[in-house]
Amino acid sequence: MMTDGVTMTWTGLLLLGAFHGVNPGMGWLFAVALGMQEKRRRAVWRAMLPLGVGHGLAIVAALLVAAALGRMLPLEVLRWMVAGVLLTLGIYRLFRHRHPRWVGMKVDMKDLTVWSFLMATAHGAGLMVLPLFLGIAAHQAGGHAHHAMQAANSGVMTGLMVTLVHGAGYLVVTALAAAVVFEKLGVGLLRKAWFNLDVVWAATLIATAGLTLAF
Amino acid sequence: MNWKPDQTFYPSPKMAMEAVPEKLGYLAQMDPARKRPDALAVVDLDPESKSYGQILSQLDMPNAGDELHHFGWNACSSCLCPSSPHPHMERRYLVVPGLRSSRIHIVDTKPDPKNPKLAKVIEPEEVLKKTGYSRAHTSHCGPDGIYMNALGSAEGKGPGGIFMLDAENFDIKGRWEKDRGPQHLAYDFWWHLGHDTMITSEWGTPDMVENGVIPELLMGGKYGHALHVWDLRRRTHQQVLDLGAEQQMVLELRPAHDPTETYGFVGVVTSLKDLSASVWLWYREGSNGNGQWKIRKVIEIPAEPAAAEDLPPLLKGFGAVPPLVTDINLSLDDRFLYVSCWGTGELLQYDVSDPFNPVKTGSVRIGGIVKRAAHPAQPKKALNGGPQMVELSRDGKRVYLTNSLYASWDEQFYPDGIRGWMVKLDVGKQGGMELDKRFLLETDLRPHQVHLEGGDASSDSYCFS
Repeated sequence: MMTDGVTMTWTGLLLLGAFHGVNPGMGWLFAVALGMQEKRRRAVWRAMLPLGVGHGLAIVAALLVAAALGRMLPLEVLRWMVAGVLLTLGIYRLFRHRHPRWVGMKVDMKDLTVWSFLMATAHGAGLMVLPLFLGIAAHQAGGHAHHAMQAANSGVMTGLMVTLVHGAGYLVVTALAAAVVFEKLGVGLLRKAWFNLDVVWAATLIATAGLTLAF
Repeated sequence: MNWKPDQTFYPSPKMAMEAVPEKLGYLAQMDPARKRPDALAVVDLDPESKSYGQILSQLDMPNAGDELHHFGWNACSSCLCPSSPHPHMERRYLVVPGLRSSRIHIVDTKPDPKNPKLAKVIEPEEVLKKTGYSRAHTSHCGPDGIYMNALGSAEGKGPGGIFMLDAENFDIKGRWEKDRGPQHLAYDFWWHLGHDTMITSEWGTPDMVENGVIPELLMGGKYGHALHVWDLRRRTHQQVLDLGAEQQMVLELRPAHDPTETYGFVGVVTSLKDLSASVWLWYREGSNGNGQWKIRKVIEIPAEPAAAEDLPPLLKGFGAVPPLVTDINLSLDDRFLYVSCWGTGELLQYDVSDPFNPVKTGSVRIGGIVKRAAHPAQPKKALNGGPQMVELSRDGKRVYLTNSLYASWDEQFYPDGIRGWMVKLDVGKQGGMELDKRFLLETDLRPHQVHLEGGDASSDSYCFS
């Protein structure tokens, strides 16, 4: 039976996915632009699958790296490492705002998947999920896992669930934002409502660095 | 770093047209004698202001002889493009190259837009070393950095091409092209962001242009007469659009601002057949996005008969003054095209709602090799030079003109030496235009390009329609 803490963690994963989905730079804006460029609604919806898959793959990649490291390192060391990487990336993103250069506006399914994967990875989307994953994994290993390996071993199904729950949060919000902006609000909203998510994102990276150690 | 997106960034050209009118203009000026430094002047464009139409301040460059020519913003509306969005960049720095020196100046227009300051200078040696190019020419703010082109190689020959600058720290990132195919000459470049397509045009290499027009090269049809179509994403050459060798100097590119469209206009300085100038339309065939690009002439402007004694030595034998279309500009709604005839001293306006069939809607005379038309502010004073760089406000209601082309060419066509002026015109709702009687700015240095505070019709590109 799940404890309150674990329920909260799963909820946190869902909300973190939603947070990623809100960011125009993570995909919904691309879907809107494709809809406008092709002048049809279908293009907006067609973008959802590659965006979701790309984002999901970025999460899986981060989990796999963590799991692989977890086979060699004690959980505590892994936590400190994840916290360190999160903190570094967070601080870097406060000062530099470069994006991976991958595509223009003419994209097929593969292009958009790779773009979504690169954007999520470069922004540390997967890294941000790691603290929650480590928390869940540690809990499932009995709450007394002294070695990260035990936690990681119990993690294939957990990793899949983490990706799906996070991905669901991401995709629902991405689709909703794209649909509402494309159908109703229009891109004029970008000028007023697009507050500096880069700063919020960087702050979130730094905050999750702290969270990693708190679990 | 802004908390809100830069309010001078607009998702679509339509939204940019609703922007507040500009109050300041930045004007690149050069000293043809290359003795004193060139300068970037700030011009008061606020009709309510006492100093309307005057220079408010002037930023001298650190060296003499740069020949300031075209310039651009570090960031603009393309920052809202979805593939690499960074809406919280600032439209703050002007990237001002010296066409003759290859030196690049980064000018900070903040905190005081009326008194811009020099923020960084990239010396020619660094440009040459990192890009292999020289004579930096045009600068455009792209979604992923600053794109800049150059007329020639480090040795002053060909090929010219494009290089990139980091939009945040202005480091030179290197050459842009991965495969240039047959492209050798360079002049202007712009793009269709919605179609991942770049278009480049052709003038001549530095050794073909720096000492003036070389008549033998001109009569031999050796100056540029083609456009090049590129895959903007893969940085590869795709297609040559040759206008024919008699069409000499294919210069300014004005793609449709609507990112869903696949057409644009380019001005041709002169035809060897009859000294006429022309505007050509490039367009993509078919609607599936895979068609070939084509080009056709849509506007032809004939030369005007003139007495030999009224003509400079270069033109005496022809008995006619060529229009010399040296710049064109397209309003943000893609409706009106402005065409500068630097030779005859005429600015023409066309309704290009149907781009294949432009309709002439306006004409204004000022300066000109033979006519020397005066400005209504001083109706008795003959002006030399002619409408050259033409800039247009975002809302399409105001046009700004300057009269100098390029120092060594100025002397060939206006041997009495160009006396600098900048003027402004007001545009009617359904077309038509007239000179603003209150706006005649005469300058000591030679004025070249104007860019407007917050952007104009030639500084931004958009990813949404």
